[in-house]
This record gives sequence, structure tokens and C-alpha cells, in this order.
Amino acid sequence: MMKKIFGRPQYLKDSIFHYCAGCGHSIAHRLIAEVIEELNIRGRTIGVPPAGCAVLAYNYFDIDMLEAMHGRGCATATGIKRTLPDRIVFSYQGDGDLAAIGTAETFHAANRGENITVFFINNAVYGMTGGQMAPTTLLGQFSTTSAPARNAILDGHPIRMSEILSHLEGTKYIERCAVNTPSNILKARRAIKKAFQYQMDDVGFTLVELLSQCPTNWKMTPIDACRWVDETMARTFPLGVIKDIRTKG
Amino acid sequence: MQGNRVIGEAAIRAGCRFYAGYPITPQNELTEYMAENLRKVDGGTFIQAESEIAAINMVLGASAAGARAMTSSSSPGISLKQEGISAMAADELPAVIVNIMRGSPGLGNILPSQGDYFQATRGGGHGDYRTMVLAPASVQELADLTMDAFDLADRYRNPVMILADAMIGQMMEPLVFRKPQQRQYDDSYMLKGAGQGRSRFIRGLILDAIRMEEHNWKLYRKYQVITNKEIRHETFKTDDADVLIVAYGTAARIAKGAIKRCREMGIRVGLIRPITLWPYPSEVIKRFSEKVETFIVFEMSTGQMLEDVRLALGGAGTIHFYGRPGGVIPTPVELARFIEHHTKNSWDRGSQ
Amino acid sequence: MTNPLKKGRITINFERCKECHLCVYACKNGHIQPAADYNSKGYRPVVFCGGEDCTGCTLCAITCPEIAIEVYRE
Repeated sequence: MMKKIFGRPQYLKDSIFHYCAGCGHSIAHRLIAEVIEELNIRGRTIGVPPAGCAVLAYNYFDIDMLEAMHGRGCATATGIKRTLPDRIVFSYQGDGDLAAIGTAETFHAANRGENITVFFINNAVYGMTGGQMAPTTLLGQFSTTSAPARNAILDGHPIRMSEILSHLEGTKYIERCAVNTPSNILKARRAIKKAFQYQMDDVGFTLVELLSQCPTNWKMTPIDACRWVDETMARTFPLGVIKDIRTKG
Repeated sequence: MQGNRVIGEAAIRAGCRFYAGYPITPQNELTEYMAENLRKVDGGTFIQAESEIAAINMVLGASAAGARAMTSSSSPGISLKQEGISAMAADELPAVIVNIMRGSPGLGNILPSQGDYFQATRGGGHGDYRTMVLAPASVQELADLTMDAFDLADRYRNPVMILADAMIGQMMEPLVFRKPQQRQYDDSYMLKGAGQGRSRFIRGLILDAIRMEEHNWKLYRKYQVITNKEIRHETFKTDDADVLIVAYGTAARIAKGAIKRCREMGIRVGLIRPITLWPYPSEVIKRFSEKVETFIVFEMSTGQMLEDVRLALGGAGTIHFYGRPGGVIPTPVELARFIEHHTKNSWDRGSQ
Repeated sequence: MTNPLKKGRITINFERCKECHLCVYACKNGHIQPAADYNSKGYRPVVFCGGEDCTGCTLCAITCPEIAIEVYRE
């Protein structure tokens, strides 16, 4: 007698994702929904979607969500969390949202140690607007506003936000994961769960960076895009725990 | 008590439990007052935000979560907040935004001015929305209007702006804090977590044009209701007036001094003082034009409310404008001279 | 000799699949292959063709962005 061991998480609405084939957003959404279900926090979780491909996240997550203006997710989440401290509040942001226009809000929410969780979906481009250069675009990577490729002299280097934020006392747990292989996806899920658990325990600011494939703007097939995450992207953005206050000596 | 601090005290008494702000002269006393006192209140949150932009977005989050939320700044900082104010209007979230105007444009200076009238009444931010604008002219009125602002914000689920200037913010006058009303609201819009029920979301993004249009018209109808119900103004010595000054805030106070001097000289001048700058008391001004020919618009700017007076009169009467922008504080004497110069019977004035 | 691994089976939602082929890549046993037909969105989805040999390891389902795959195991 076979029983179902894998299916759609309860707290994802039944809609079909508008994300491209192979997109990391879809996987990230599923993992977050799975963890919310596992931790049984759906009723008291409030999410803040970004401007970007995931602007319609509220069409997928079956939880309360409040739209933030571009880059302001961390400030908006701060307002919610300070008003309702016993709710689980997360901001879900792309690389432009978090590290370009929203740099100040992200940095200072982290520095204040706001007890929120930030999911940083890093796909090294501006996806929704068609592939412009992002703060995390790699040197030598093509983008529509850094043709033929990102050049250190003209465009600066890609920013490792997780490492930068880890130097702030207010940040308590930061891990960089990927969603390009089943093994990385499972690690990402564990990181997401840990981040939420830290918030439930009032530990402080938690951030999970998810390297996410963007086949459309990288102009690759989904499989090649997934490989590119491991072979190229992870060299600039190494996977692993960047900071964990509970495992420090 | 000082104007800036009065705003803080009135807000706290009215139930404000979230304040985010950034230091900017001439309103720092308000931010500091909230820092000291809001933290003492049960459930009160004060955050010195990293910028005015962060502050308005924190207010957006707090308001959606159910708090009576306020932010304050001065001219350039209010410019920074415009995106957030537009978002709150689109999301139909209540908030109170205080602008203690200073010399502008650009970095300007820290002296009182009325150069943000357009910004306050013509949206300020992008899109078809309006913000109710309340313009106090005394510290007592500052207290009353601050409390009213929270009630109005809740009633209409829209941001409400208190438009004062450095003079009113800095000056000290005696006042009485009235007893605040109980917060009455339909709290079904708040996001507090889905609990056991359906999840909800608050957003301003409406990709479908027809639905976006519907939303815009819905907001428009709300603003029509506000226009019909919430106009406030004061009239001063208008019953027998031949000349009417139209001024608000600090300019109105100066105007009253000028009126006193003019009346001593035999010039029958009165004052229409709009208290709501949006919605604007256009009908009131229009009605006066049936009896009065000469209107003098007096602002501490190069002429912004002037346009609303022109619109209201629709070609009736004669409008003169006296303005001192840049942070200059006009005196009643200079205004009186201007009025005298423009009154009908000035030709038979003896030397003054 | 009985297969020591548990028996498994998957279903793939034909309409949800966007033919990204991440599952094809994930299943090292080649139990997922492109279908002959297109779905209503214009994608050529993938179909399960593992018969009795699927172990229900869920690697395909874990990597599927569309959550188009459900996994059953004994």
C-alpha cells in the first residue's frame, strides 16, 4: 500500500506559479511554505513581498502579506514586528531590492537586530525588469546595462551582502544556500527552518541568502543555469553558514 | 509648551503607539519627545530610523499591523517620504505625517516658511490620491488638530498631514489638552496573521487596468466624501470687511496683527483662514466674493495657495498677493502697509 | 531476489509541468522522459516511465519548481 510522501505544501495556494521554468523563486516559495507548515506558524506569520518577480508572492503564500515599496521590505517588516512582536515576520527580497535601493533599510534593520527573518533571493540580475545589472552580478557576467560584461572599473565588484551584514552585532544567523540541486534544496530548507526557529526564540535578525537560478535572464536552459550556480556563482558567493550566534564558542 | 512637543504629547494622548522619525531641524524636539515618552507608554514603539524613507515605510508596516502610527519631518524630509505616502493612500492605511516647514527649495534653511503647500495639497507623491492637510495657527490648535488627525486618518483610512512651520513648531504658548476620543475604526483591514481563517494581503499593485481604474475611482469617491464633510476654516472680522486676506498658519497670525493696525486706520479688512488646506474651503471664499471685491493672499512663499484662491474665485474679484519666501518672517506692519496700498480708499489717505 | 529498496511511484501533473527538465536531470535512473504531447500551455511536459523500478527517493519532486510531482512509497 503506497502512501504519499511528497506533495504540495498546505499553505501554498493552488495557483500555478507565474515564474519561469526552472526559476529558483518557485522552489524557495515551496520551502518556506513547507517550513511554515512544519513549524505550525501559519496563523501568526506575516510576509512582506518585494518589488520584482516575486511581487505577486501573495498569490501563492496562504498567509497574511503586506506589499512593501521597492527596497523597503526590511523597514516595513520592522514596523509590523515592533507592533506585533509575537508574530513571525519575514521579508522576501531580491538582489536589487535588498542590496541596491534597499541597502540602507536592510543594513539598519540588521544593525538594530530587528527580530525578523529576511530571505535574500540572489540571482545576480534584475529579473523582472529584463536582466539589468544587479549589485550581485558577477564580474564578466553579461547584463543589459553592463554590456558586454560587468567590469570592475566601470561597475564595481559584486557585493557579498551576507558577509557584510554578518559583521553587524545585530545579526544572529546568516547562511547562504542554493536551490539548484536536491541536496542544496534540502540544506536550504534546513536553513529556512533554523531562521524561523531563531525568530520564534527571539534570538535576533536572521537572513538566508538563496542563490537562485534565472534561466531566462542568464539565457541558459534550466539545467545549465543550475550548473552555473555551482560552477560559477558559488565561487563568488560561497555556500555555507556565514554567521550563527548559537554555534559560536 | 513648545509646539513640537505639543504634537508629541497630543499624539500620545490620542493613542499613537508607533513613531518613526529622523532628526531634522526645526522639528527635532518632536522626535526627541517621542523618544523619551513613547517608550514609557505600554506598547509604544519609538524608532529613530536611518532615513525619512525608512521611517515612512516603518509607519506603513506598523499601520497595517494595527498601530496608530506617526512620522514627522521638515520639507526636504517630507519630499523623501512621498513614495511611502502614496503607497499608504493606495493601500488605504491610516497614518499621521507632520511637516514642520522650513525654507526651501533644496536644503533651504531652518526658518519658517510655507513653501510646501503644493507638495502637501497636490499629492506630493505619484498618482491620483489626496492627503488631508490640516494647518494649525496656534499651539492650542496644534494639539487639537493632532488629535483630530488620528481620528480622521482612521475614519477615512488615509494618511493625514499636519502642515505647520518652524515658527509654530518652536514657539511656546499655553494650551489645554482635550480628552481624546476612543479609537473608533473598522479594524478588518489590519494584518495580524491569518489565525485560523483566510489569509489576506494588502497591496497597491493592480496590474489589470480596469481594476486599477476602479480602485482609483474608489479613492476618488472617498476624497469627495472628505471634501463634502471635512472642510474647516475660520473667519475673522469678515462681517463688515471690504478687503479680505486669505492666509493660513503663521501667516494668518501675522495677518491678524495687520488687520488690527488696518482697522485702527479705518480700513475694514478681515481674514479667511483655511484650516484644512485639502480639502480647500473654496465655496467659502467664493461666497465672500459676492460682497467683497478685493482679496489679498498672504503666504510665506512665492504664491502657492494663491492658485487655490484663484480657482475658488473663478475670475471674480481682484486678487493681490503678498509673499515672503525663504524663511523671512513678515511683520504685521509690512502687511498692513501692503493692504493699505491696495485698498479702495487709499487715494484719500493722508500721509501715514 | 527481492528488491531491498522500497517500491515507489510518482505522478507528474501534466498541466503544471513547464519542461524545465530539472527532474530528468535529477533522476539518475532515467525514469522521467519528455512526453509525446504538449499541454494546454504549449509546454511539452515530462512523464514518468519508471514502472516498478522507482524507489520513491523524491529527488525529482524536491527539484521540481512547479511542485508538479507527487511521490508515493510503500
